[in-house]
Amino acid sequence: MIAPGSLRAVLELIASAPDQWTPIAGGTELMVAHAAGRLAPAKLVSLWGIPELRFIHSSEECFAIGAGATFRDLRAHRGIAAHLPLLAKASSWIGSIANQSRATVGGNLVNGSPAADSSPALLVYDAEVELVSVRGSRRIPYAHFHTGYKRNAMSADELLFAVHMPLRFAGHRQYLRKVGTRRAMAISKVALAATALMVDGMVSEIRLAAASLAACPARLYKTEAALLGGPIDAETIDFARDALLAEAEPIDDIRSTAEYRRRVGCNLLEEFLREFLAEGSNS
Amino acid sequence: MSTSARTRIVGASVPRKEGVDKLVGRARYIDDMEREGMWAGVTVRSTIPRGFIRSIGFDKRIDWSEFAIVTAADIPGANCIKLIFEDQPCLADGIVNHCDEAIVLLAHPDKHKLRAAVAAVQIEYELLPAVFTIEESERQETIVWGADNLLKNFLLEKGDVESVWAHAAHIVEGEYRTGAQEHLYIENNGMIAEWSETDGIAVWGSLQCPYYVHKSLLSIFDLPEDKVRVIQTETGGAFGGKEDYPSTLAAHAALLAMKSGHAVKMVYDRMEDLAATTKRHPSRTRHRTALDQDGRLLAMDIELATDGGAYATLSSTVLSRATLHSPGPYVCPNVRVRSHAWATNTVPYGAFRGFGAPQAIFAVERHMDEIAAAIGIDPIELRRRNFLHDGDTTATEQMMRDPVILDQLLDRALTESDYHAKRKRFARENARSAVKRGMGIAAFYHGSGFTGSGERYLNSLAGIDVTPEGKVRVLVANTEFGQGTNTILSQICAEAIGIDYDDVIMAPADTNIVPNSGPTVASRTSMVVGRLIERAGHQLVAMLREHAGLGEDFKSDDFLAACERYRSVHGEVVSLCRYEAPPNVFWDDQKYRGEAYPAFAWSVQVAQVAVDTVTYSAEVEDFWAVQEVGRVLNPVLAGGQIEGGIAQGIGYALYEKVVLQNGHMANNQMTNYIMPTAEDVPPIHVFFEEIPFQHGAFGAKGIGELPHDGPAPAILNAIRDATGVSFNAIPLLPEDLFAQLATEPVVAEAAAL
Amino acid sequence: MSHRQGTIRFRVNGESRAIDVAPMKRLLDVLREDLRLTGTKEGCGEGECGSCSVRMNGELVNSCLVPVLQAEGADIQTVEGLSTCGALHPLQQAFLDCGGAQCGICTPGMLMAATQLLSINPHPSMAEIREGLAGNLCRCTGFKRIFDSVIAAAANDQPSTRRTTHAR
Repeated sequence: MIAPGSLRAVLELIASAPDQWTPIAGGTELMVAHAAGRLAPAKLVSLWGIPELRFIHSSEECFAIGAGATFRDLRAHRGIAAHLPLLAKASSWIGSIANQSRATVGGNLVNGSPAADSSPALLVYDAEVELVSVRGSRRIPYAHFHTGYKRNAMSADELLFAVHMPLRFAGHRQYLRKVGTRRAMAISKVALAATALMVDGMVSEIRLAAASLAACPARLYKTEAALLGGPIDAETIDFARDALLAEAEPIDDIRSTAEYRRRVGCNLLEEFLREFLAEGSNS
Repeated sequence: MSTSARTRIVGASVPRKEGVDKLVGRARYIDDMEREGMWAGVTVRSTIPRGFIRSIGFDKRIDWSEFAIVTAADIPGANCIKLIFEDQPCLADGIVNHCDEAIVLLAHPDKHKLRAAVAAVQIEYELLPAVFTIEESERQETIVWGADNLLKNFLLEKGDVESVWAHAAHIVEGEYRTGAQEHLYIENNGMIAEWSETDGIAVWGSLQCPYYVHKSLLSIFDLPEDKVRVIQTETGGAFGGKEDYPSTLAAHAALLAMKSGHAVKMVYDRMEDLAATTKRHPSRTRHRTALDQDGRLLAMDIELATDGGAYATLSSTVLSRATLHSPGPYVCPNVRVRSHAWATNTVPYGAFRGFGAPQAIFAVERHMDEIAAAIGIDPIELRRRNFLHDGDTTATEQMMRDPVILDQLLDRALTESDYHAKRKRFARENARSAVKRGMGIAAFYHGSGFTGSGERYLNSLAGIDVTPEGKVRVLVANTEFGQGTNTILSQICAEAIGIDYDDVIMAPADTNIVPNSGPTVASRTSMVVGRLIERAGHQLVAMLREHAGLGEDFKSDDFLAACERYRSVHGEVVSLCRYEAPPNVFWDDQKYRGEAYPAFAWSVQVAQVAVDTVTYSAEVEDFWAVQEVGRVLNPVLAGGQIEGGIAQGIGYALYEKVVLQNGHMANNQMTNYIMPTAEDVPPIHVFFEEIPFQHGAFGAKGIGELPHDGPAPAILNAIRDATGVSFNAIPLLPEDLFAQLATEPVVAEAAAL
Repeated sequence: MSHRQGTIRFRVNGESRAIDVAPMKRLLDVLREDLRLTGTKEGCGEGECGSCSVRMNGELVNSCLVPVLQAEGADIQTVEGLSTCGALHPLQQAFLDCGGAQCGICTPGMLMAATQLLSINPHPSMAEIREGLAGNLCRCTGFKRIFDSVIAAAANDQPSTRRTTHAR
């Protein structure tokens, strides 16, 4: 394991031998795998302590969060609490205080678990991810980042550099709820995030994203379509539940069952819609 | 020896004897210790639940000359962990009967070499059909143990249940199930062993019962008693999980020490400890109950079955306690309990706080609420009408000679929890809320000490000595693992002699130093062993008064001076006492009748539970426990025991599930075996009543296991109250609640729609 | 920096240390084996139980998950660094008085978590205490007397006894 200490040096290293180096940031995932003997012998390059990766920048229009920012950094940032409350909330769910001081946004996304805590919030905030390599940088919608179970759109020589979010959800109703095995230190069985706007009694914008209802964190486009442009009433709630039932593809695993995830996912959706209806936009 | 006499030290919350060491990081647990030239050991375990071992191969990619390798063939004595039956091998020999059964042991100077070595041992099996559940075992189509899969059975009979059914006003039936539960002590099992031709074996480790380990090693190594030495190190939690398992681990470490010629340390990692060591017995209990029109019990017909796993280990004694606790704290003229412990091809189940009582009490206390609902009587009233009182007899015809104050405990529990007002309020509010709330209770006893003639059989010896350096030492084989043994026994010793708490230390729990005062189990330490120390203290003072001129009143200095005078004549200053059974305690093992326990602790617990119909999760919001435990020797420690037991009981009810796949624990990581965190535990309110028990140390009865008996039924009774739906199996996870609640509407119609 | 073995330098409990170790060795093992500071414990090896918690650069971390290379230049506090000159830290005294430790195996990590909590939030609410300790599992106490201990220590915190932490 080595620690080149600068972003440039890391990018050159992984460009020189793509697929041979596994980046490790806070290690809250990789060190567990290593201890259990599940980490294939690999060369590890440490990203910890690289200042170019650990930042939170905000302007009037958007936030940029460095991949090396820890979830404690996010929780401590007043701007995130004010403008990206779902992300602040999700950050408080990562493991425990001790995990939050080491777990990074980049690690959470690149690890790519379908149960990742920060993903649903990022998806409903229209996040973009910035990927860098020696060849330069590019941005893609975060919604296109995960391409399958624990697979993502990065090339072998790329590193996740930052997550960008536009600040356009202040007026939206926002919702995030995670269902775990207990109140703390729990991997998501299912989670739902939502941002939505109602204009003249009709849903003019809606974004829904879930954890553990697919092979990776995902937007629920079909369910969104079932709601977009219409009112929220008993009928559309039922319609949306059915759409979610059809769209969701949860599995049975050691923590829960597909049936439970489907039903609770629908319940969360209904809970959000009723809150939305009762209290309107602009949480 | 008046149990109600005023005391200075007993009854006070003196600080934990070893507390400072634990707080500053000085306390040394087994993994904190090293030995010169020590090797590390590891176990190669079965990957199948049942089958013949056809071959054991060692892949050439490892240089095996660097390793010590041990198989059953290396065992000098009997390949058997001697406990009650003699069916459990120390190492599998030709056949395995459960996943994760130990087959080969390896040791190497570098612990980092062990993982690859384990992977390089290739074992070929010939699979045999396996059974995994009580039902599969009792069908007896596949026999996996003995002649009939039956590890043990009991019949307890009082009166004649069959004579009652025909004319009973009410008959109510129910079936109740409990799952396995893992102790989850935060310190994994660990041992260090040394072996030499001349001195024999010495083992140090995390354990509850040094003499159990000692006894096991004698026969495995065919050594005389003075060639085996067992020392308990600071133990990070046990709860029964280190009652018998350490014998196996000690034997393994000692075998490797013998083979390698070096000290060997074996410390399990969490995954191995979860997969391979003992857990609480799963159970299935069927109740058939007859009552008269006033809701008074006429007959209880109980069929109780446990899953013992692949070997008998402690299944017979767990079954015994379950049997004796299954009728609950009630008067009933006709009782029949037929209990069976069945063998399956899973990791043998063992002792865990409560030892069969939590399983049995879950069933009877759930059943009481089901009866109440079925016959239309309030569950509180139903219990009141049937509670045991002074002078009543239990199902074993034991007369309650000591006061039984269940009514007062119930009254206090209802008052403290504001039970009735809350139930009314919740009934109103639940209709309009996605979160349904309810209140539930459980009433129960826990027999203190060993069942029946157990204590006579143990014949414990314990006492006090004074070293030439002037240290007053408690000499017991009973161990501290958080529950307060060191503190309590030091308090008793100091009080009995008349010196200060700080003048007393505990002799190391080392079989070379301390007598066999019996195991640290069954909530017996305070009551039984404490009593021995109390007597030994008085005896010591009497000795010094008679032979060394100790006066009526004395201070510590006088006492020590008298000790030195005594020592100059007698060579040592020791006062030992042997167990004396209380009078009028007679137990008939054949008829299963008589005084099952010398004393009972009594409790009523109340749970307030919230069920979220969006997520189907149940959470305990608040919890009250009122108990009568004899004399409270140390209020802070006693309170801590009740609170800790309740937290474990909450885990047992709502969070902790052992997921078996083909007989192997699939969720053997802390991330997947879920215990409540600091954010999950409710406020816990503890209240003690004290009726000193004349045969316990300064009036004490046992308390360690009592609190784990009640939470599960109280919680599930509360869930029934909250939802109107009966749940009869634990662990009750949201997925299980969902399965039955899903037909209900999620949220009552919101006004906006 | 080298691949295999290198010299890692950091401060532990105020003392500078330099160790030659493999960069991937867990900080937990370096503390326990190389520095013989066995107060920090291993309960699970997966960052779930918190018994390996230490404070690193003013933050609480699970040392079983920290490769020692990433502790280069760090300021680390373990349970051994809580009490000085033989006097118990107020938190340790509170645990002793209130019964916050039973078997003691979770206690070092719990003390680190509680120290961390009180260092950033000297008068935490009950909810904040629960959250602050949620990453430290205790199987013995049911947490109640641990909560009591933290509350007692927070209540007793006077400026004259406030300890300087090792935070930057």
